[in-house]
Amino acid sequence: MTLESLKPEIEANVPGCRLEIIPNPSPSAQHSLLMDAEHALAIATFLRDAPHLRFDYCSNVTGIDWPASALAPGKAKETGDAMEEDVESAEAPDTGHLEVVYHLYSMELKHGPVILRMRTQDRATHVHLPSLISVWRSVDFQEREVFDLFGVLFDGHPDLRRILMWDEFTDFPMRRDYVEPDDYEYEPTAHGKVLLKTMQHHGGEA
Amino acid sequence: MDEALKHELGRQGVIATTMQELYNWGRKSSLWPLNFGLACCAIEMIATTMARYDLARFGAEVFRASPRQADLMIVAGTITKKMAPQIVRLYNQMPEPKYVISMGACAISGGPFKQGYNVLKGIDRYIPVDIYIPGCPPRPEALLEGFIELQKKIDGQPLTGDDRPRHLNTVEPSEFPIPRFGSHDLEPSKNPDIWHPPLVNISLADNDDSGIA
Repeated sequence: MTLESLKPEIEANVPGCRLEIIPNPSPSAQHSLLMDAEHALAIATFLRDAPHLRFDYCSNVTGIDWPASALAPGKAKETGDAMEEDVESAEAPDTGHLEVVYHLYSMELKHGPVILRMRTQDRATHVHLPSLISVWRSVDFQEREVFDLFGVLFDGHPDLRRILMWDEFTDFPMRRDYVEPDDYEYEPTAHGKVLLKTMQHHGGEA
Repeated sequence: MDEALKHELGRQGVIATTMQELYNWGRKSSLWPLNFGLACCAIEMIATTMARYDLARFGAEVFRASPRQADLMIVAGTITKKMAPQIVRLYNQMPEPKYVISMGACAISGGPFKQGYNVLKGIDRYIPVDIYIPGCPPRPEALLEGFIELQKKIDGQPLTGDDRPRHLNTVEPSEFPIPRFGSHDLEPSKNPDIWHPPLVNISLADNDDSGIA
């Protein structure tokens, strides 16, 4: 089963959905399917319930931060996804976005993975995505983790609290613009970036 | 008292000792550790207590599950910032005299996770540490040696004078402030009363990034 054959099938069964195959140019060639947030629940339900697909197991949920190109100059050409982003930025103002990735397997039919992606509109206010917890129970903690570290708000999640960081924490540490606390008082073997941060801490210029 | 004389008296069935020797012998010979582990170092700590290495030989036969009954805190593993307040609270709940062994790279400095967003860069930022045991993780032999070093340290402590141990000095605190969860970091991020970072000479001379001035 390839994504090329899966895509028209989903489009036939979930009317109106917008899908896009995102190629992975690396040797693993694990291509993924970008789906629109409005139809994500319907697509997920179809993938789980269709008798010849039966993706009954969501093994992994993770997040990716794609900052606006102003935040990360020179990062755009690294992967297929980044090239994708270049095309987008030509049309709309580039605000960056957050991406959530789901890895699906079928325990019943012994196939997989199928990799799904969803994107938020931007990184600041429009960070809502539908939770897939009503389709796969296993995404419960993992969506909480993506919320905790990336700040994606999953609509429909029954218990969207921080899971690794404490509740009072306000940052999202896996975002690329995360500013870490300045605790570089003592770095006995500082080198590279740590050396620069240590110097800045002690008032020297980097 | 002269050691040779003491030995000679002992052979004649006369025990001669001092209050200080008795007191230190009692303290060092029944160090009961607090029964908790944080990460992989705890596995080595558990191995140390088992039959092969047998920490019980040195008087640490019982790991107490309550801080009220423990004398020694073996901080064995990575301290996340979420866990740090609980560690300090446990330390505060231990009765004096109490000792801390910082076991492994993480408990000493944060170890391989030092630059992470959620790892405390060493428990000595909040509580006083007696013995540091480097390693990742330290082998049981290393923990045994650290334990013996702690016993030696206790054995050499005078009960009076300026060098007397912390718990005999009423001016020294026996409890330390518990850090609170802040919006970006623990608040405070260190206890400046007990943690004084050593001065490190840092230079970028000749674009050398080795960190050696």
